[in-house]
Amino acid sequence: MFKKEYVHCLTLRSHKPQAANGPHQGLLIPPSNRSKVKSSVQRGLRQKLLETYPGFEPVIEEFMPKKASLEAVKLPDRVTLYTIDSTPLFFQPIDGPPVPHLRLVHAYPSAIPTIQIDRGAIRFVLSGATLMAPGLTSPGGRLPDAEHAIEAGQIVGVTAEGKEEICLIGMLKVGTEEIKSKGKGVVMDEGHYLGDGLWRMHLD
Amino acid sequence: MAEVEAPQARQITYCGVCTLPPEYCEFGGTAKKCEDWLKDNESNLWDKLYSEDALNANLSTLSVSAQERAAKDAAKKEAKAAASEARDSERKAASKVIIKRVERNKRKYVTVVIGLEVFGLENKKIAKDLGKKFATGSSVTRSPAGVEEITVQGDVSDDLSDWLLEVHGAKIPEANIEFVEDKKKKKSEQPIV
Repeated sequence: MFKKEYVHCLTLRSHKPQAANGPHQGLLIPPSNRSKVKSSVQRGLRQKLLETYPGFEPVIEEFMPKKASLEAVKLPDRVTLYTIDSTPLFFQPIDGPPVPHLRLVHAYPSAIPTIQIDRGAIRFVLSGATLMAPGLTSPGGRLPDAEHAIEAGQIVGVTAEGKEEICLIGMLKVGTEEIKSKGKGVVMDEGHYLGDGLWRMHLD
Repeated sequence: MAEVEAPQARQITYCGVCTLPPEYCEFGGTAKKCEDWLKDNESNLWDKLYSEDALNANLSTLSVSAQERAAKDAAKKEAKAAASEARDSERKAASKVIIKRVERNKRKYVTVVIGLEVFGLENKKIAKDLGKKFATGSSVTRSPAGVEEITVQGDVSDDLSDWLLEVHGAKIPEANIEFVEDKKKKKSEQPIV
């Protein structure tokens, strides 16, 4: 049932282009890999999510009501995806913070800090390349000023020059100030981008 | 989506072709199709994204050589997508859904369906649906030839094809459904598919 190519490019670390698998194919997760989350665990997750993303505070009741039953879907590479009614909300690697799914980010774009890449970088990002500093420091890119600097290890959304929506979300490897001073090197190793396996996944 | 009814959530239209937000369609590899889709379905957005100004603004920000490279890349991607799609539809046209009535015992039959997955249907799900529809046992089994097939208990071949056409008619042309009668007692003696 699992398609090997897909498993590889599912969420994190994808080096393999997706196009070969056809635009509408998605990895189908067998129901056996899904389970209801205990309500106590759910509370904990909710707490964690709010801690990591204070921006979700006013709206969490909307997409993750206290009563709703959260489902956990096991993904390859020890990543767990949490969903409500087959709507993906966020995923969490076993050793990392929860990361909201891009659809959720699109619904509440103000909840997470963002940086911007220039136009030239979009096509690389959307095919799963690692994010490099020049795409951010060039005229088309945007980084927050010193007061609002983002530390390494934080989850950021990445928008693009001339676009409104966030196209990539992931953990920064270096802080924004350092990016500015250095101006080269890898900024984000792996992330969840538009059109990756997670994005195309069908849940029902 | 769960957050649709929420007041603060923004509702985003996603492209029906490549599933990305429309502004990223140009990077999806099916740019032309996406544009047509958007024009048909969301003309406001289309006006915004594909107006002269917007296109020019896109172009002016890149250096000429980078532009060329990007265009080349996009063309390649598009060609690839088109090729794979053509291959796909060819495969679809050539393949058949076989509905087989297998005699299990005197006057007892099972119905075997082979070849649904080519048409983008999920064997397991269909099996479940069929079980519900006919109120019989229905399961996905692996035939000796290694092909996955759906086995429905009881002779439901006629109803089954009707149901297939009714529910999934958009995906399966009627001409591609074929009936086979298998009189052999044991399923293991089936001809290789």
